[in-house]
Amino acid sequence: MEMAPIETIIAIVTTDRDLVGGGAPIFYSRDEEEAQRIAMHISRVTFGMDHDLENGVHIIVKH
Amino acid sequence: MEEVRVILLGTALGCLGRLVLLHVDYRQYPSYPQGYVIHISMALISAFLGAVAIPALLERDYAAATFLALAATQFRDVRKMERDTLDHMEPLELVPRGSSYIEGISRVFEARNYVAGWIAVAATGSVLLLPISDPWVSVAVQVGAACITGSLLYRAAFGQLVGQMADIVPAKISFDGPLLKVDNVVIMNVGAKEARRRYVDDGLAVLIKPKDPNAKATLANIGQRQAIAHNAAALLGIRMDVGEPEYTPLVRQDVNTGALAMALIPAEKNINALIEAVAQVPVLEGAVRKPLESMPGKMADGQVEE
Repeated sequence: MEMAPIETIIAIVTTDRDLVGGGAPIFYSRDEEEAQRIAMHISRVTFGMDHDLENGVHIIVKH
Repeated sequence: MEEVRVILLGTALGCLGRLVLLHVDYRQYPSYPQGYVIHISMALISAFLGAVAIPALLERDYAAATFLALAATQFRDVRKMERDTLDHMEPLELVPRGSSYIEGISRVFEARNYVAGWIAVAATGSVLLLPISDPWVSVAVQVGAACITGSLLYRAAFGQLVGQMADIVPAKISFDGPLLKVDNVVIMNVGAKEARRRYVDDGLAVLIKPKDPNAKATLANIGQRQAIAHNAAALLGIRMDVGEPEYTPLVRQDVNTGALAMALIPAEKNINALIEAVAQVPVLEGAVRKPLESMPGKMADGQVEE
């Protein structure tokens, strides 16, 4: 079994446009509740996991 | 004729010993009838070789005795066979066993196969080397020798269990923002509020406190931790599906005390069952560390004056 670290950020969900940038796909949401929903949908589809950075930003990470 | 009877009985006793051990194997392993057939067949060969070893020596047929070496090579395949099977199933496990656990299980299978051989050696050797003429006495001696060898090796065939080297106590799940914590140990960052709610409502957690520095070093092994997570999930059932990594049980260490913390959402919320499931996890041979056997380890533990 391969145990090499393959953590990658699949997507970023944010309520604040100024906080994020970079290579991963970014999804904007109007509020935290919407961010939760979007993060849930993306994580279900991609089998990634939703992590909350506590500043209105969620990252979906493939573990 | 006499000798054939002794050899056959020795072989049968060896197989029986393997069957007893096989029965116990499957508590830590998914059972399947084909597995029984495979392992009993291998044990038959192993027991037969063991049974003919001493008669061959007595006949001064040394060439036959060296065939035992050849058999040992064959039996290494037992380990390979188990490893391959489990490796192939690994990607399809919700909570993987981890390569250390797979290696541990395979080794146990190989070792237990040899147990069948040794029981047979003892069961035939005891009769042929002692001057016994009465057939019933001979049968009794064979069975006795098999039982003694079997019970001695039985102990050897079982390693320690996690419950013997650590105290397992219930722990409390809490959240510090998105951080899932078991007592004071941070397990992971759970982003989804729904998942946090489920952890608080339905989750169970335990703290595994090692009893001494040896246990601490052993339990720190990542393979050992994965084995604990796998066993807990396998024995209690787990409320998670594919694509829900936030419910994967993780075992994290409190670096200050060496205690392990684990949280999971079991199918049945029963803390005593969880504690028992963790206690029954075998300590993996590859994970065992014994710092206390060394001088630096003893010094670190304060057992010797510097």
